[in-house]
Amino acid sequence: MPTISFTANLRRHVDCPAASVEGNTVAECLAAYFETHPQVRSYVLDEQAKIRRHVAVFVGSEQLTDPTTQSDLVDASTKITVMQALSGG
Amino acid sequence: MTLLVGTRKGLFELERGRRGWEIEHTHFLGEPVNSAVVGHDGATYAALGTGHFGSHLWRREPGSKWAEVGAPAFPDRPADATDVSPMTQDPWPWTVQLMWTLENGPTTRPNELWCGTVPGGLFRSHDRGASWELVRSLWDMPERTQWFGGGYDWPGIHSISVDPRSPDTMLIAISCGGAWITDDSGATWAPTQGMRNEYMPPGEEFTPIVQDPHRVARCAAVPDVIWNQHHNGVFRSIDGGRNWTEITERPPAVFGFAVAAHPTDPNTAWFVPAIKDEMRIPVNGKLVVSRTTDGGKSFDVFGDGLPSEHAYDLIYRHSLDVDATGDALAMGSTTGSLWISEDAGEHWATVSANLPPIHFTRFY
Repeated sequence: MPTISFTANLRRHVDCPAASVEGNTVAECLAAYFETHPQVRSYVLDEQAKIRRHVAVFVGSEQLTDPTTQSDLVDASTKITVMQALSGG
Repeated sequence: MTLLVGTRKGLFELERGRRGWEIEHTHFLGEPVNSAVVGHDGATYAALGTGHFGSHLWRREPGSKWAEVGAPAFPDRPADATDVSPMTQDPWPWTVQLMWTLENGPTTRPNELWCGTVPGGLFRSHDRGASWELVRSLWDMPERTQWFGGGYDWPGIHSISVDPRSPDTMLIAISCGGAWITDDSGATWAPTQGMRNEYMPPGEEFTPIVQDPHRVARCAAVPDVIWNQHHNGVFRSIDGGRNWTEITERPPAVFGFAVAAHPTDPNTAWFVPAIKDEMRIPVNGKLVVSRTTDGGKSFDVFGDGLPSEHAYDLIYRHSLDVDATGDALAMGSTTGSLWISEDAGEHWATVSANLPPIHFTRFY
């Protein structure tokens, strides 16, 4: 299964342990994660379900190409990493 | 008495001890804290901006630790929404960019909280912040799309004032969208009249819905009296904000952001003048506070204890507060200085010159 992990900077605000999740896209993986950790959702996504402006998501070593709907494809070996952008501090 | 000071990098709680005012507690260090209020329920509510991870609301029960509660959030933007900025034609964001002000509802409804945001959303909670609803009657008004940003890219609601005599009557003020009154707890809204602007084309000077009231402040004991530090002047209302009368002379300048209304004397208010909008710094680099005690007919200018040269401190709209006696004032600046007066603004003492940029000061 794909895995998803979060910057330690976010763990200052909210409990967000790394986890393996089901999904074929980043959006599906995030949705699966938020089902078990609903309090994390509003830290990563805005009200319109877009990745927040100053949050950076990596799919493997590549930056997410579709922050609006997170349609980037993943496979069982994909590591999704949610980071804090260097902007916005 | 306790003072909350919200800053770009945390929330500070000050108390007055034998050596004067000192920071007793530091909360959320490193995080922008944009507003806070002590509720009628006794809990403290703090609106965090977190530079990266969105806006979040935290609540502290008396004697307890902070815990996150719900936060205002816009509904899904309809696919056929046509609201765009009148200046840029960009679509309005239906996302909370800033929880700009938190206020209590009436004392008879201690579980009620209000929040004004950038972009210009008004949100209400009936359950002590656990959940929030957008006030659609305001958001869905066609006039909303004529509001425009002042300071921020999008307009914002910065002042919310419930009439203490009538729990369903409330005044809100928007930069830049005028001031609006509801008499039915937010079901319907009416614009207020009499403000004048200098930044619109000829013929639009008195259009209510494009006014830029920077901050409004109500006299608690005489709620019909409300003071208004507007972008290009000072206004006062004696009918609960429904009509405004301009005060044309306010030394050393009529520009400014902050205003504090005396809690019991309807003729007394404090302002912090600055050079108008192309500069936004104290006149001649000297920081002063202007006070009227005669309803705005005349003003005294006080600078004792404040920097008198090369001071470029701007006192933003939520950063001048007066306590319940009318004697103590707290003033915080964009450059991180905090001053307190204990004689109604005539003399000031520096509490710190090294805080982060100050977003608000609030006694409780």
